[in-house]
This record gives sequence, structure tokens and C-alpha cells, in this order.
Amino acid sequence: MNRQLHETAAVFLLRFTTYAIVGVVGYILLDIIRHGLPVINWAFLSEMPRRAGSEGGILPAIVGTLYLTLGTVAIALPVGIGTAIYLSEYAAPGRLTETIRLAITTLAGVPSIVFGLFGLGLFVLFCQFGPSLLAGSLTLACMVLPTIIVTSEESLRAVPQAFRQASLALGATKWEAIRTAVLPYSVSGIITGAILGIGRAAGETAPILLTVAAFFLPKLPGSIFDQVMALPYHLYILATQHPDTDKVLPLQYGTAFVLLAMVLGLSLGAILIRVHFRRKYKW
Amino acid sequence: MGRDRAIQIGFVGIASSSILVVALIFLFLFKEAAPFAKHPGLAALLDNQWIPVSFQKERFGILPLAAGTVLVTAIAMLVSVPLSALAAVYIAEVAHPLEREILKPFIELLASIPSVVLGFFGLVVLAPLIKQFFGLNTGLNALTGGLLLALMAIPTIVSVSEDAINSVPATYRNGSMALGASRMQTIWRVVVPAALPGILGAVMLGTGRVIGETMAVLMVTGNAALITANPLSPVRTMTASIAAEMGEVPFGSIHYQALFWVGIVLLLITFGLNFIARRISVRYGMMR
Amino acid sequence: MVKNDTPTGPTAIEVRNLAFHYGASQALFDINIAIPARQVTALIGPSGCGKSTFLRTLNRMNDIIPGVRVEGDILIDNENIYRDKIDVVRLRKRVGMVFQKSNPFPKSIFENVAYGPRIHGMNDKGQLGEIVEQSLRQAALWDEVKDRLGNNAVGLSGGQQQRLCIARALAVQPEILLMDEPASALDPKSTARVEDLIDELKTKYTIVIVTHNMQQAARVSDWTAFFYEGRLVEYGRTKRVFTNPKEKQTEDYITGRFG
Repeated sequence: MNRQLHETAAVFLLRFTTYAIVGVVGYILLDIIRHGLPVINWAFLSEMPRRAGSEGGILPAIVGTLYLTLGTVAIALPVGIGTAIYLSEYAAPGRLTETIRLAITTLAGVPSIVFGLFGLGLFVLFCQFGPSLLAGSLTLACMVLPTIIVTSEESLRAVPQAFRQASLALGATKWEAIRTAVLPYSVSGIITGAILGIGRAAGETAPILLTVAAFFLPKLPGSIFDQVMALPYHLYILATQHPDTDKVLPLQYGTAFVLLAMVLGLSLGAILIRVHFRRKYKW
Repeated sequence: MGRDRAIQIGFVGIASSSILVVALIFLFLFKEAAPFAKHPGLAALLDNQWIPVSFQKERFGILPLAAGTVLVTAIAMLVSVPLSALAAVYIAEVAHPLEREILKPFIELLASIPSVVLGFFGLVVLAPLIKQFFGLNTGLNALTGGLLLALMAIPTIVSVSEDAINSVPATYRNGSMALGASRMQTIWRVVVPAALPGILGAVMLGTGRVIGETMAVLMVTGNAALITANPLSPVRTMTASIAAEMGEVPFGSIHYQALFWVGIVLLLITFGLNFIARRISVRYGMMR
Repeated sequence: MVKNDTPTGPTAIEVRNLAFHYGASQALFDINIAIPARQVTALIGPSGCGKSTFLRTLNRMNDIIPGVRVEGDILIDNENIYRDKIDVVRLRKRVGMVFQKSNPFPKSIFENVAYGPRIHGMNDKGQLGEIVEQSLRQAALWDEVKDRLGNNAVGLSGGQQQRLCIARALAVQPEILLMDEPASALDPKSTARVEDLIDELKTKYTIVIVTHNMQQAARVSDWTAFFYEGRLVEYGRTKRVFTNPKEKQTEDYITGRFG
């Protein structure tokens, strides 16, 4: 009887803890939706900010974040997929492979602000790109590289060995086998990785703080050497640097909502794509 | 065959770019930080005060910043490790399979909330709560920062620990159950000990994430460079110092170089933690 | 040592002193065999005897495993496929392979068969259509699938999938067809169809088939090679090997005393 009680109490404790965490996640999301959603309207999304961001919309921040993430993926995706192909299809166990893997884990653990310092030192100053879309995208690309590599490699490895063998036995070269009998069936994983990378790039503040972000720049970028505003940085500025933070609280919530919606929407998209492709290709 | 060989070499080149990036990170951090070693000398980093802008004497001791990081990290881990471990056990061992399919992604969702959004939430919701609860002048202190960071560590620790618990072979469980052990006895005496290396690795990864986190702590810790163990005191972490000050320093100045040294210390700490976590997981066969 | 009734007709594959190593362990020892052209040769023996490894040396599919080493000579059309500067890709085009478990790509039936010709540079739609039809006819699958060439191959039954894989191998017009237990995953009816097919195909192709099933070896093959512990123990006309084995080990195996 005592033992039964013990068991029930333990299960209760475990369940309570888990749902407490779930509750906190839910509360955060709800709080931002509840205060953020009412602020959202067409004007907020499509207008320039006015008076240092305390009035008007957030268009340049949205556009800036969009450009930044696109630039990031354009740079990181080819390198990430190439690395994944090497690791899954070519790499023999050995020192080079070990070193590459160690480098990837190291990159995954580098604090985002350190990426910022690195981007500042290499891209902004040494390469003389200045604080710009280009410097920011390159910095973010280095940061999201591990995400893209790991997810792409997983999906390449999930393609049955039988496909490679069938292709090789028909006289395909190794690269032809990879291109025609492996890559097409790992597209879902690669897209998932790309989207997760975009999500991470879109939400990061620290690296762009030092390499691209503009405090208040009410115009759209004209070239890759321009500075841009970005949603996360805009939120940071509104929340901490504004003389009258309480007055702009609705704008903060609105910005937080748009950023959150973008990032979570991408995560959700990644999940849906994976489900869709799993149904389409079953082997 | 020649073409195939060329393609293979191309892939080796692409794959090596990760190594190149890591090398460049070390190189450029040291390059920017280097002049500091000559003047005022590395010993200046061991000062017990961080006063980078002063009319009398600037002081660049990393210790108070490191102390801030340690305090905030300790709070975050004290909160997040037990909660995450319990949640991981629940999800892996107790939850209904369908429940599991929903719970895990939901908690992982927390990981994709941008840190600036969490920081914002901390600023407008959590800090006022803390201020009221403890009757303080401000809610911007180490405790608030630590709690927010705990939120960021939880998804990492839960997710990785849950995988580790899940990969404990069913034979262990069956063996224990067959001896008449209850479910809880089996979980705590057999399953969790067997998964312990994995859970430890998860905690390392979580710690790495917490130490490197910037925006949330920058927004809610109050940013006073003090050496203190009082969780209700404002502190300034290493990451927050870089983020807050780098925007205002003249490039190439001593202050600028000192901030790069802070970055190097951060990099080395997280590198060490990741290295240990990786060793643990490679050793126990949980990573390729 | 090896009791051979040497084939008298033209030889498709000539193997001399073949040895095969996986890292430190040796899987094949001093194999000598002449495989006759346009006949069916069965490779039999207990699991792990090296018959599949031997089959895979013939199109160098073992190359994709790291750490293998091959000694000796394999001659196809008087060309040493290991020693000379040979193009493995061209070799595999000439020596097709069908695997134990059918492995169609999750594409349409048409695209599966057209896969080989396409990677070898054929893009003409009409020509491809002809090859696909011809290959499917040869694989005795055409009548069952001609109205749904666009359907996904994964939807076919196990037996149909395996015949599709045979058609896919035929589409690159090989001279030799290697089959690694092609019917082991099939039901008896599908197995019979594949066996009939092998019988038809041997008029045009040299076929080497690995099988676990003694009755199958007796039914479909003209020649039988018995492998045991990495060695070729006995090789001869199927009828003779099955009715009058010269080696004790062969007799024990085919009468079911081990294996």
C-alpha cells in the first residue's frame, strides 16, 4: 500500500514538473500573442518607423531581417550541403574526418556574441565590407553552418544503401549515384535544415549587433554594402534604449510578435515539410 | 574516373571550410586582441575591477565579469537541471507515446524562441514580478537573468537527456522488472544510471549555451560589474559586456582589445565544455 | 584439388588464383573458375562461404567497401578487370546486377528502367521509351505494367519489383547478369516467374546466380559451383554435381547434412 502511494507520488512529481515547463512555454507565447496581436495591422507592417521608432511601422526591420536571412542561407546552404555530402558519402574514418567533425561541434558551441566579434574583425574591418548586409550575412552563415550540415547529413544517411548500390551496379559513377539516387531522396531533410538555419539567423541579435544592424534607418537597403535594421535588434533597442519605454510598449510587443511568428512559422514549416516528404517517399 | 576524383577533391575542400572558419575565428580574435598583451599587458586582465571608461585609471579585470557569468550560470543550472531531468524521465518513461510526440516538440519549441524575445519577456513580465516578490528597487538582477537562462537551457537538456534515456536497452528494464522491482525503482536504479553519461553531456551542452547567451542577460541582469554571490544583486556577464560596450568603443583602443580578450576567454570556456561533452558522448557511443 | 568438368563452349568470365581480403581477414582463397557464356551458373554453399563476395568481385561492387584487397585475375573478354587500367563504370555497365532485396527507386516504373540509359547519356524520349518497353518485355513485366508506367514503382508487389529491377539492369544492355539470391524474398509463385525468366534470359545473357535454395540451383542452372569456407570446393555440370558429387563436403551440403 505504502509502495503504491510512493509510485503514484513519484509519477505525479514527474508529470507536474513536465507540465509546469509546458505551462511556462505556453504562458510566454500567450503573453506575446495577447499583447502583440492587437498591435498588428497593415500600417504597422508596411510603414517606415518615425521619431526614432516610437511611432510608425517596422517595415525596414522586416525587410532587413528578410534580406539577412536570405543572404545567410544563400551562403551557408551550398557549403553546408557540400560538407554533409562529403561526410555521408565520401569521408573515410581518419584524422581529416575527425577534425572536420570537431570543427563542426566547435562551431555549434561558439557563443553568438563571439561570432559577432569574429565578423567584426574579419568581415567588417579586415575585408573592409563595413557594417553591411554582406558582413552580417557572412557572419550569420558561419553560425548556422552546423545546423545545416547536421540535418543534411542525417537525411543523406537515411537514404537506403540499396539505392546507391543499385545505381552503381548500373554503371553510375559515384557522383552520378549521389546526384541521381541519393540527393533527390534527401531533399526534405536538407530543406528542413535550411529552414531551421533561417529561423536561427532570423532570431539572432548578438552577431548582427556588431556587423550590420542599424539603430534607426528609415529606408530600405539598396545594396549588399548597406546597413539595415533588423527585427531582433529593433526590439532590443525599443525595449532598453528608448527614453520612454513604457509608451512604446505596444510597439515592442508588436515587434516581438512579428519576430516570434516568423521564427516559429519557419519551425512549423520545417516540421510540415518533413511530414509531407515522409508520406511521399516511403521505402 | 578522373572527373569523379576531381569532384571528390572538391567536396573535401568544401567540407574543410568548417575547419577554416574555426581557425579564422581563433585567428581574428587573437589578432584584434593581441596589442593588449604588450600594453598594458595581460596581467591587467586579472584586475578585480572592470572600469573601462574612467577619468583616472581604466581597469580591465575580467574577474568581475567572469563572476557575473558564474553566478548567473549557477542559478540557471540549479533551476534547470533538476527540472529538465525530471521532465526527460517523464517524457521517456512515463508519458503515453502520443503524449510524448506532443510534449517533446513543444518543449523544443522553447529553444527556437529568439533570445531577444525571451529577454523582452523577462524585462516586462519577470523582472517586475521578482521586484515585487522580494521588495527590491529593481528586478534587474542575477536571479532574473538566471531564471531566463534556465528557460533557454531546459529544451537542450530535456531533449538530449530524453534521447539518452530512450537509448537505454529494453533488456535493462526487463531484467529489473523481472526481479520484482517497481517501475520507479527500475527508472531510478537502472535506467537513469545507465543514461547518466548522456544526461551529463546534455548538462554540458546546456551550460555551454547558458554561458554564451547574450541578449537575455544583457536585458535583465542590471549590468553592474560587481563580484558578488548575492542573487538579488545586479551583475554584468562577459557576453553582456561585449554586446553593451563594443558599440561605443573606438576600434583598436585598449578597451576594444580588452573586449576581444573577454571573447577569447568565452570561446575557450565553451570550447572546453563542448569538447568534454563530445568526449562523453563519443565514449558512450551516443554520437557518430 | 578442384574437380572441374571444364566448360567447352566460349568462356564469359575466367577467374584465376583469386584471393580476397577484408582488412585482416581473408574471405576467398585461390579461386579458379571458367564461367561459360550464355549459360546459367549457380553459386551455392552455406552462409558465409564467400559466394556472394565472389559474385561481387565480378563487377567490383566490393570496391565501395573500404579496406578490401583483391589478388589474382578476373578476365572478361580477355580484359583483366582488376589489373588493367579499367573503367569500373564501363565494367558495371557490361556486368549488370540484381540484388537480393528488390531495390527500386521511389520513382515511376518508367523512370526506374530509364535510369541507367539516362545516366549513360541518353535523353531522347522516343529511344528511351523503346528501351523501357523492350527491357520490361524481356523481364516479363510489360503486360502487367504497360498501362501504369507513370505509377510509383514502390507500389508494385515484391515479385514485380524484383522483375522491375531485372528490367532496370537489362536496360543498360549488359552482357553478363549477376543475381544475388534474387528470389529469396519472394513467394513461391513469384519465384517461379523469376526462374522462368532466368531460363529465357540465358539465350542472350551470361547469368551467374547466388542461391541458398538447392532445388532452385538444380532447376535453373547449367553449371554449379560449390563454395565452402572461402574456397571453391567443386565445380561442374549441375546435373553431375547434384547426382554424383565428387567431394564429401558437396555431398553433405546438397543432401542437407549441414548448412
